Amino acid sequence: MSVLTRPKGPTGAAEPAAPAGRARRMRPWTPYAFLAPYLALFAVFMILPIGFGFWTSLHEWDINLPAKPFVGLENYAELFDPSSVDGGRFWTAMRATGIFTLFSVPLLIVLPLLAALLMNGRFSGRNLYRAVYFAPYVLGVAVVGFLWRYLLDGNIGLVNHYLGLDVQWTTDEPPVWIALVGVTVWWTLGLNAVIFLAGLQDIPRELHEAAMVDGASAWRRFRAVTLPGLRPVTVFVVNATILASANMFGQAYLITAGAPADRTKTAIYLIAETGLRQFDMGTASAMSFILAAFLMAASALVFGAFRDRSAR
Amino acid sequence: MTRDTRGLRRALLHLVLAVIAALYLSPLVYMLSTSFKTREGAGSTDPQWIPDPFTTDAYREILNSPDSPILTWFLNSLIAATGHAALVLVTAAPAAYALARLRFRGRNAIFAVVVATLFVPPVVLLIPNFLIVNELAWVDSLPAVIVPAAAGAFGVFFLRQFFLTLPGELEEAAELDGCNRWQIFTSVALPLAKPALVTLFLLSFLTNWNDFLWPIYVLLSPESLTLPAGLGNFQGANNIRYDLLMAGAVIASLPVIALYLVAQRWVIEGISRSGLKG
Repeated sequence: MSVLTRPKGPTGAAEPAAPAGRARRMRPWTPYAFLAPYLALFAVFMILPIGFGFWTSLHEWDINLPAKPFVGLENYAELFDPSSVDGGRFWTAMRATGIFTLFSVPLLIVLPLLAALLMNGRFSGRNLYRAVYFAPYVLGVAVVGFLWRYLLDGNIGLVNHYLGLDVQWTTDEPPVWIALVGVTVWWTLGLNAVIFLAGLQDIPRELHEAAMVDGASAWRRFRAVTLPGLRPVTVFVVNATILASANMFGQAYLITAGAPADRTKTAIYLIAETGLRQFDMGTASAMSFILAAFLMAASALVFGAFRDRSAR
Repeated sequence: MTRDTRGLRRALLHLVLAVIAALYLSPLVYMLSTSFKTREGAGSTDPQWIPDPFTTDAYREILNSPDSPILTWFLNSLIAATGHAALVLVTAAPAAYALARLRFRGRNAIFAVVVATLFVPPVVLLIPNFLIVNELAWVDSLPAVIVPAAAGAFGVFFLRQFFLTLPGELEEAAELDGCNRWQIFTSVALPLAKPALVTLFLLSFLTNWNDFLWPIYVLLSPESLTLPAGLGNFQGANNIRYDLLMAGAVIASLPVIALYLVAQRWVIEGISRSGLKG
C-alpha cells in the first residue's frame, strides 16, 4: 500500500496549536499509551521482519532443519550467477516481472487518464460510469483470475469465439503476455481512473477559463493547464502502478500457472514458491531483497523524472 | 459552438462511455450466467448468455461438496475481514490521534519511521512474517490473516490526515469541562472522525477479503481457508469445472459487490483521495 499526500486547503500543514495548560494537564505517558497498541504491531510485523528477513538471507535457512548455517552473502552470490540453478530461475522470473511491468504500466497510465478525461465533466450519469469502470477492482484476484481463465480458454473461451481466433492465451508466448496485461488493465483501470479524476477536479476552473479567454486550443489547454496540474497525482499513480505490477502474482498463478515453462512465473511468485513451498527461505529472502532494490530504484527514477522543473 | 454540435458531442460522449461500460460489465454477467448452467452448458463451445437449461445445480453441488467446504470458507473470510478491519481501527485511531493532536517527545521521529515503511516493498516482509507467524503458532489459523497486515502504516497515515483537519476549539471546550485526553479522544475526536473511520473500515475489509497470496501459503488445511484461498485450490485441478468455479466466484463476490453497491461513494472517494493500492 502506498499513499498520496495531497495538501488539502490550509489543513495540510496545520499543526494544532496546543492551548495553554494542555501540556500540564496531560500525563507524560499518555501519548505513548495511545501509540502503544499500534507500535506493538508495527514492531513485530514491520520492523522486526525487515531485519529478520535480511538475517535469514545470510543463512542457509530451512524451516524444517535444525541447522541453519551462516553463509554470508553466498545466497546473493548464487543468485547473481545466472549459470546456477537458483540464479537461472531467478532471472527468468525477474524477466517475467520486467516484461509484465513494462507493458502494463504505460497502458495503466494512458487508458485511465483517457477514461478520467472523458468523465471529467458535469453530465448526468457520470457517477454511474465511474462506478462501473471501478467495479472490477473490488473483486479479488481469485475471482478475476478464474473468470478470465474461463473466458480465455483456448477451446471454449468467449474471447477466441468472438475474435474468431484459435489462440492458446494461457500457454503460448507471446499471447500469455497479452492475456495477463489485458486482464490486469480490465481489473485495475478504474482504480487509476478515479485517482486521475479526483486530480482533474482539483485543478481550479479559473485556470481553464483564463486559458480559454486567451484563445488557447483544447490541446494547448491540455498541455499547459491539465498535465501540469496533474503532476503530483501522476507521480503517485506511476509509482503505485509500477509497484503493483512488479508484485503481480494472482493473475499468473491462476491464469497461466507460470506457463509456458515458467516464463510467466513472476519474481514474487518464485519467491513465494521457493520460500513457502520448498522452504528454502534463505534463498527466497535474498531474492526478495534484490527485487526490493530494483523496486526502490524504479521509485527513485520516477520521482527524479517528475521533479518540479518549474521551480528551478 | 452552436447548441446543435454541443448536443451531438454530448450524445457521442454518452455513446462511447456506455459502450465501454457494457464491455466492462459483460465478463461479470457471463460469470453470473455460467454459474446457473449445467456442467455441459458451461463447457459448451457456443457462448450461452442465458443459461439453457437454467439450473442451480452448481450452487447445490459446491455447497454440499465435502472437498470444498465453501460455507466454512465464507465464514472464515467474514471473520478474518471483519476482525482485521476492526483491529486496524482500534490500533490506528488512537495512534493517529496522538500523532496528530498531542505534543510529546519523539513524535516526529515516530511518525517519520512509520511513514518511511510505506516505501518498503511488501515483498521483503513475506518470508520473515511467515517465520514470525510460525513462531507464534498461528500458521493454518485465522490470526495469521487478521493480525500481521494491521501493522501497515496506511491506516495511521490516513486517519492522522483527518485528525489534523479537526478544529481545536471543541477539544479545548471538552478540556475545560474536565475531560481527560482519553475522554476527549472518544467523545469528541472519534465521533467527528466517523466518515474517515467508516472509509478505513471498508477499505481494510475489502483488501482483506480479497487477499490471495498470503492466505494460500499461510493457511493449509481445507477447513481453515478463506474463500479466495479455497477457490485457489481448484487451480491445480486437471479438469476444471467452470460451472462450479463460477458459482464459487459469485459467492465470493457477493459480499464485496453488496458493500460496493451500498457504500460505492465512500469506497471510491476514500481510494481516490488517499490513493490506496492493494
